[in-house]
Amino acid sequence: MSEPWEDDVEGPVKKFMFINRKSPYGTVYALESLEVVLITAAFDQDVSLVFSDDGVFQIKKGQKTDGIGMKNFSPTYRALEGYDVEKLYVDKESLDERGLTQEDLLVDVEILSRAELADLMDEQDVVLSF
Amino acid sequence: MKYGLLINEGPYQHQAVDSAYQFAKAAIAKGHEVFRVFFYHDGVNTATDFAVPPQDDRNITANWIKLAEENNIDMVVCIAAAQRRGLLDANEAERQGKRGDNIAPTFRISGLGQLVEAGIECDRLLTFGD
Repeated sequence: MSEPWEDDVEGPVKKFMFINRKSPYGTVYALESLEVVLITAAFDQDVSLVFSDDGVFQIKKGQKTDGIGMKNFSPTYRALEGYDVEKLYVDKESLDERGLTQEDLLVDVEILSRAELADLMDEQDVVLSF
Repeated sequence: MKYGLLINEGPYQHQAVDSAYQFAKAAIAKGHEVFRVFFYHDGVNTATDFAVPPQDDRNITANWIKLAEENNIDMVVCIAAAQRRGLLDANEAERQGKRGDNIAPTFRISGLGQLVEAGIECDRLLTFGD
């Protein structure tokens, strides 16, 4: 028996953008956002991810979570490509403010200015911010 | 216009669910349709049948039930977020071997696909939360 969330949805492909603004641990937003991203990809929608503010820490290399008793879910970001989620963007100012560079990130991303991100947001049908 | 609402914060703790309720009422009063409300993150706690707020406070769950019944709004609770937080319908309670179930009438448990579908089907998907 198929689960309800596996039902096929007839409809057009829309552009969904997910804006990840919060650090990966501390609150559940990042983990539960990732779950929506995966489901949206499973619905064959056009998915983009933006990492902004403390959200850039979600894709920082070398996460070790044993000490806080949480599951390290950062490998999932590397698996996104397998779900055809390949449009990953990072806000340059957020990286700069935190002393991070592309080298610190565990996935390939496109680094954009806030103005460029605003233009990209403007093109979306659905923008979800977690 | 056809609206979908996403509620990401818990009742009484945060105003998101109140603002969403007031928005839904106002939109319906103006002749718009609220197609679906999707409860996610701590927003799932809105669906508990066991909350007993003081009599001089608003009853958030009861308010939503009344609005949904009068206007045929589909109120969907994310199953993964609900199960983490101890919200089970009768079927799930039995399946998981739990003593009781606590999803209030009119709410239904389903998957994140229902959120994605709302994003596809609605003219606007509005997020309420931080």
